[in-house]
Amino acid sequence: MRHIISLLLENESGALSRVAGLFSARGYNIEALTVAPTEDESLSRMTIVTNGSSEILEQIIKQLNKLVDVVKLMELTEGAHIERELALIKLDASGKNREEFKRLADIFRAGIVDVTTSSYVVELTGTVEKIDAFLDAIDKKFIIEVARSGVTGMARGERALRL
Amino acid sequence: MELSGGEILIQFLKDEGVEYVFGYPGGAVLHIYDAIYGQEDVKHILVRHEQAATHAADGYARATGKPGVVLVTSGPGATNAVTGIATAHMDSIPMVIITGQVHASSIGSDAFQEVDSIGITRPCVKHNFLVKDINKLAETLKKAFYIATTGRPGPVVVDIPKDITDPKVKVPYEYPKSVSLRSYNPVVKGHPMQVKRAVDLITTAKRPMIYSGGGVVLSGAHKELTEFTRMLGFPITNTLMGLGAYPGQDKQFLGMLGMHGTYEANMAMHECDVLIAVGARFDDRVTGKIEQFCPTAKIIHIDIDPSSIAKTVKVDIPIVGDVKNVLQDLLTLLKETKERPDATALHKWWEQIERWRGADCLAYDRRSTLIKPQYVIEKLYEATHGEAYVTSDVGQHQMWAAQFYKFETPNHWINSGGLGTMGFGLPAAMGVKLGFPDATVACVTGEASIQMCIQELSTCMQYRLPIKIVNLNNRYLGMVRQWQEFFYEGRYSMSYMDALPDFVKLAEAYGHVGIRCESPSDVEPALKEALAQKDRLVFLDFITDQTENVYPMIEAGKGHHEMHLSPERELA
Ligand SMILES: Cc1cc2nc3c(=O)[nH]c(=O)nc-3n(C[C@H](O)[C@H](O)[C@H](O)COP(=O)(O)OP(=O)(O)OC[C@H]3O[C@@H](n4cnc5c(N)ncnc54)[C@H](O)[C@@H]3O)c2cc1C
Ligand SMILES: Cc1ncc(C[n+]2csc(CCOP(=O)(O)OP(=O)(O)O)c2C)c(N)n1
Ligand SMILES: [Mg+2]
Repeated sequence: MRHIISLLLENESGALSRVAGLFSARGYNIEALTVAPTEDESLSRMTIVTNGSSEILEQIIKQLNKLVDVVKLMELTEGAHIERELALIKLDASGKNREEFKRLADIFRAGIVDVTTSSYVVELTGTVEKIDAFLDAIDKKFIIEVARSGVTGMARGERALRL
Repeated sequence: MELSGGEILIQFLKDEGVEYVFGYPGGAVLHIYDAIYGQEDVKHILVRHEQAATHAADGYARATGKPGVVLVTSGPGATNAVTGIATAHMDSIPMVIITGQVHASSIGSDAFQEVDSIGITRPCVKHNFLVKDINKLAETLKKAFYIATTGRPGPVVVDIPKDITDPKVKVPYEYPKSVSLRSYNPVVKGHPMQVKRAVDLITTAKRPMIYSGGGVVLSGAHKELTEFTRMLGFPITNTLMGLGAYPGQDKQFLGMLGMHGTYEANMAMHECDVLIAVGARFDDRVTGKIEQFCPTAKIIHIDIDPSSIAKTVKVDIPIVGDVKNVLQDLLTLLKETKERPDATALHKWWEQIERWRGADCLAYDRRSTLIKPQYVIEKLYEATHGEAYVTSDVGQHQMWAAQFYKFETPNHWINSGGLGTMGFGLPAAMGVKLGFPDATVACVTGEASIQMCIQELSTCMQYRLPIKIVNLNNRYLGMVRQWQEFFYEGRYSMSYMDALPDFVKLAEAYGHVGIRCESPSDVEPALKEALAQKDRLVFLDFITDQTENVYPMIEAGKGHHEMHLSPERELA
């Protein structure tokens, strides 16, 4: 099962490595990890995508809560939530595919944020599946590079991760 | 009061009530050592290796219940301390380790004696801090002690760059009386609903069993545990870490459980219908094969650390809280309710247990002309009236000490269970002896383990620590040899150690007394002699039966009902 955990942690220099170290030391999966400061400068917000049975998830959550730097935590996938990832995709747009890529970007509501005679950079936001679908729709040989941000997310409605 | 960082550290330790610091100087901590110089309040014990500083502080903590404090320099000082830090971490021992660090401005430049102490220790501490601002030094130290000693205890490292302790930089100091950490609030009170559910289950038990561990010792809940067990008349077993939390000679006590536990304890685990786990963490040496663990039991688990619960074994009634509080709540409820477990069923259960007990699983050959290691421990028990503090190293001797020294009180059995660190015993005994100068402190060890921190004989001389070393000398890495005999068809790869030192002469070289003992009839007199020499460290070198094995034994990955007794008495 795929799970998304969001957490608020002390904005201390070692905090990120404590979380990363916990996952590697205990053999938990990390599919993606994003972290950035929040509006409260003493806190960072981290989102982790992981995989595992409900027993493993329970241990992950307990172990994360045990870290002194973790202030609060929420499993987003436990309820209704929004998840988003941003991708920048550089495409070889020199040949006859130029028009095709433009159309594809429109279909996915993606923007083309950089254009040269031979390339496009497409900016796409959405779920992991949406970005995967976009990449699947393009012949691999035209993809020059891909930068994905990893997932961030938030619970829908009243449920909120805040102090 | 304006103080330098070094002075703040020492003043803080005084204000925190710290009696001893175990340490070793070096470049990065010289300012701190200068602040130590000439003051008497915080006594510094100079060990001979930083590993020993951590074990000594650890032994002090295990015996006294107070946090152990260590001071080491950067680089090799810190890395030498790591084994001791990991040892304390695995057994949840409260400790604060101060490591020196290179100047803040040189961090990351591969400076002389620089290691990333925070990074190296991160996986084996409860928490660690790098001090970046002298104005936060006192507050950080307070947090370190608070975290180390509350909740599930553990070691906390405070890494202090040299410039923070610069004698020329002075700042106002005030002892921080309290701390608040928004992200750290251990739950100590059990949930009333869960406590009620536990009582409901307990009172319906027909074949109950109490399995208690190190958490009871750490919590100081032995009185509550004893009252609870006696009130219900239930059988009880202790883990290796829990020994002494319930009186070892009591009728209701079935001995230790697990890999080298007693037949009756393990069988009762296997057959029980209600298991009450109290401050124990379902370690693999205890559970054996998880699929066969307590197959017919409903399980109640009391633990202060939520992550200990349902980590390896699913439980029916988890109770997060300090065992002392939870046991008190259970006792209150049990006193209120009229419900009691079915007396006839309990009686039948005890009859079954007595039959298992009848197997006399710890029996050994008493007519041997060689010294049996079990015999030495029995005699040690008698000679010390079961009242000594006993530290141990790791191996067969550790198991025999656990099986044959019947601990009546907690905090008296001091050993490395989780990490199993050879070299622990002697320095730990130093810490215990400093904590209890008038008590008898024995270190049960093997000829291999003792050599891992043998240099501490020198520290014992300097501080006049009259420890009694009981060396069960089988000329083998006995525990390794035993596994090779059982599981590698007797291919004794590297488990025989040639060229052992003459331990008597070695002890004498350090200024102590050495006694060698080669026949069973000499064991008792030798022990008495050693104990009579009250103010001398005596190294007793017992030349024991080389091929003796530890029984009973459950092979790793087997169930509790699949025990081996000694070969002559193998179960059907
Ligand atoms: C050679 C060798 C052989 C061994 N063989 C055996 C064996 O046969 N049998 C055996 O039992 N062990 C054996 N061990 C030891 C084993 O490896 C474990 O260290 C031990 O079983 C763990 O004991 P414990 O479950 O009591 O947990 P501890 O490590 O003592 O942990 C304590 C538990 O209590 C909790 N706790 C702490 N404070 C509190 C509190 N205030 N309130 C509530 N809970 C609290 C903690 O969160 C933790 O879960 C052996 C070790 C070695 C080296
Ligand atoms: C530091 C360390 N290295 C290796 C081991 C593995 N080990 C466990 S018991 C043992 C043998 C101990 O020999 P000795 O101290 O003579 O005790 P005995 O088993 O003979 O009683 C070894 C090597 C360990 N526990 N610790
Ligand atoms: Mg040996």
